[in-house]
Amino acid sequence: MFPRDPLPRVLYIDLSSKKYWVEERKELFEEFIGGTGVAINLLREEVPRGADPLSPENAIVLAVGPFNALYPMASKTVAMFKSPLTGNLGESHAGGRSAIAIRLAGYGAIVVKGASDIPVWVSVHGSKVYFRDARALWGVRSTHTVGRVLREVEGGHGFRTIMRIGRAGEKLVRYACVVVDTFRHFGRLGLGAVFGSKKLKALVVVGKGSVPVADKAGYRRVYDDLYKRIMGTPATKKYHELGTAENVLPLNELGALPTMNLKASRFERAEEISGERLAERYLGRRVSCAHCPVACIHLAVLREPYEHEPYFYKTTFVSYDYEPIYACGAMLGIGSAEGLLKVLDAIETYGLDAMSTGVALAWMTEAYEKGLVTEKETIMKPTWGDYASYLKAIEYVVEQPNEFYAALAKGIEHAAKVYGGADFALAYGGNEMPGYHTGPATHLGFALGARHSHLDSAGYSYDQKMVGKKVSVEEVVTYLLEEERWRQVLTSLVLCLFARGVYTPQVVVEAFKPLGWELSENDLREIGKRIHLLKLKYKLDEGFSFDQLRFPKRIFETPSPHGALDPAFMEQALKLYRSRVEEDLKSLEAAQRE
Amino acid sequence: MVKRVSVVDVDLCVGCMMCVFACTRRFGEGGVSKSAIRVASIGGIERGFTVIVCRACPDPPCAASCPTHALKPRKGGGIVFDPAKCVGCGNCVKACPYGALMWDEQSGKPIVCTYCGYCVNYCPYGVIKLEEVKEVVAHVP
Repeated sequence: MFPRDPLPRVLYIDLSSKKYWVEERKELFEEFIGGTGVAINLLREEVPRGADPLSPENAIVLAVGPFNALYPMASKTVAMFKSPLTGNLGESHAGGRSAIAIRLAGYGAIVVKGASDIPVWVSVHGSKVYFRDARALWGVRSTHTVGRVLREVEGGHGFRTIMRIGRAGEKLVRYACVVVDTFRHFGRLGLGAVFGSKKLKALVVVGKGSVPVADKAGYRRVYDDLYKRIMGTPATKKYHELGTAENVLPLNELGALPTMNLKASRFERAEEISGERLAERYLGRRVSCAHCPVACIHLAVLREPYEHEPYFYKTTFVSYDYEPIYACGAMLGIGSAEGLLKVLDAIETYGLDAMSTGVALAWMTEAYEKGLVTEKETIMKPTWGDYASYLKAIEYVVEQPNEFYAALAKGIEHAAKVYGGADFALAYGGNEMPGYHTGPATHLGFALGARHSHLDSAGYSYDQKMVGKKVSVEEVVTYLLEEERWRQVLTSLVLCLFARGVYTPQVVVEAFKPLGWELSENDLREIGKRIHLLKLKYKLDEGFSFDQLRFPKRIFETPSPHGALDPAFMEQALKLYRSRVEEDLKSLEAAQRE
Repeated sequence: MVKRVSVVDVDLCVGCMMCVFACTRRFGEGGVSKSAIRVASIGGIERGFTVIVCRACPDPPCAASCPTHALKPRKGGGIVFDPAKCVGCGNCVKACPYGALMWDEQSGKPIVCTYCGYCVNYCPYGVIKLEEVKEVVAHVP
C-alpha cells in the first residue's frame, strides 16, 4: 500500500460517551484489502459473541476499499453489523455518494458503537465529528423530509452522503433500511433497526480530499483502460437504458418470476410493471452513484391529482429496480405501474427494505387465504393486486398496532412460528427471499450464501445459463463457492457488482499496481477465500447451523425453468457444500494456530 | 480564439461526477481536492444537478477583485492565474456569482480552471464540451 494513502485510518464513534477517535490499522487493510474483508474483522473485534443486535453492544461498521475514489464503478460502501432480522451476520452494500465521501474524508472505515441516550445525528466533516441533537427529527413521517432538513443545515454540498432512517428504523422493524442520499439504501438485514436502537437518526459524512498513488502515470493509464472497457461493455448499456427492471420480462417469460408468494412463476400482468413500460410512461430521470458513469438509478415520476382541488398535482419521484418490482409487484399480484409506484414510495417514505416488506405482505396474504390469520389480525383485507389495502398494511407493519403486526415486523420466519404457514414462508436463514425462481443454484445460493442474498453468488445467473442442460451437484457447489469467494474480493475493493464483468482478476491485479500494492491473482483468490471463511465462522459462532437450514416447501411445488426442483438434489448439494467449507474451516483454524 | 468548458445541457447530467474526478486526476490523484469543476444536486437528486465550472467571462469580476493581480483577464475571455502572486485573500471566490472558483485547502489558494478540457473526455452523456469562447457584445438599447 502507498504509505500516504489514508485508507488504514479507522474512525471510531462511541454514541454512549459521545467521543470519537482514529486508529491506524495498516496491517488489517494490507491483509484484508478493505470493504467486506476489513469489516468482518472489525465486527468480530467489536461485537461480543451472543450480543443482542438491538443492544448497545452491537456495532455498525462502514467500510470502503482501496479502489474507492480512484477507479470508476468503485462506488459502494459495505455495512456490517449483527442483523436484528436473522440474529446473525448482517451485511448490506450501498452506493450513492457514501463510499466517495468516507474515502475522501480520509477514512477506510467508520465504526459506530454504543447507543445514545437521546436521538442524535452524527456529522463527520473530514477530521471533525459532531454529535447533533436529533430530538426534533425523531418521529418525522418521511425519510425525504429528514433528508431535506439535513441538506439545509449541513455543509459540504456535492461532496457528502446523508444516511438516515425513517419511522421503520425508529420502531425497530427488523427489516428497516437506511436510506442513503436519495433512493439508495443499505436495504437488507435491518441496519435501519440497528440505527434506531442506537437512537442514531442519521449519519452525515463530508469528504473533499483526494488519495495519492505510487505511480501517477500508471494510474492514469489503468484508469483510461478501465473507462474504455466500462463504456464498451453491453452491461453498461443495459443498466443505463432500462436499468435492472429490464429483467422483469425475460424472467417472466422464462417462468422464473416469483408471483403471488410463488404460487406461480409467471405473472400475467408482468408487462404492466416491466422495465419497458415504466421507462416509456413514467421514467423521469436517470442518475448515478458518484464516480460511476453507468447511471442505473431509474426514477419514475408519479403525477397524482389532488381530490379537493382541480388542476393541482402532486409530483413524486420514485426509484425502481428489479427486486422491488418483484417483491412489491409480482409477489403481491400488483399489475398496475401506478399502484406499484405508490407502494414503493410508501416503503421509501418509512424506510423499509422493499424486498422483505413485499415478501412479508405476500406471506400474510396467503396466510389470510388459508385462514391462519383473519381480519382481526390483519385489520385490512389482504387481496392480491389491491395496492390501496397494501398501503395500509405497510403503515401497520411500521406502527405495529397489534400483536400480529409486531410479529410480522420481526420477519416472516418469526411470524410463521407464531401463526403457522412455514411451508410458504419464503425466507432463508431468516432473510426474505430475493426475486428469482430460476432453478436449483439460486435457491442454494440463498440458503448457503453468507448473507442469504442473491448477490452472494448469483445462482440465478448460473441457472439461466444452464437452462435445458443437465446440472450436477458437484458443478453447482463448485460454482457457488468460487463465485462467492471471488465476490469477497470485489466487495473489499469496494466495487459495484455490476462492474464484475470489467474487473476480471487480471484487471484487478493491474489496477492494484499503480497504488503500490503487489498482489497476484492467486493472492487475491486466497484473500477472498479467507474472508468468506471468516464470515462463515462468525455465523457459526453466532449460532448458525447447516442442520437448521430449510428450503421452504413452496419452492418445490412451483416449477422452475429447470422443472420441479428435486429436494434430494438440494440436500446433496447442501451436504457437499457443508463438507467443503468445514474442511476449509479446519485448515484455516490450523493455519491460525501455527 | 480561446477555449472554455461549456455546459451544453445540464439536464443530461446524471450526477456521476466523472468530470470532477478527471480534474483532480490531472495531478495524478484520485479524488476531488484539486477539481475546478463541481457537480451537485439542486436539492435532492430527483430535481437534477448543477454543473459549476468557469464560464470564461469576457470581463471577469474575479480578476477585478484580485488585489495582487494574481488573477488576470485572459485575452478573449476567462482568466489566467499566477499562484506566486496570490496571497490567498479569497476575494475571487466571493466575486464569482457561480461559485466557480473552488478553494484548495492544501495551498490556501483558489483552484482555477485552465480550460484544458480534460474533464470533457470523461463525460459519458455530452453534458459538457470544450468550445471556443464567443465574443460577447454588450446589448445597446
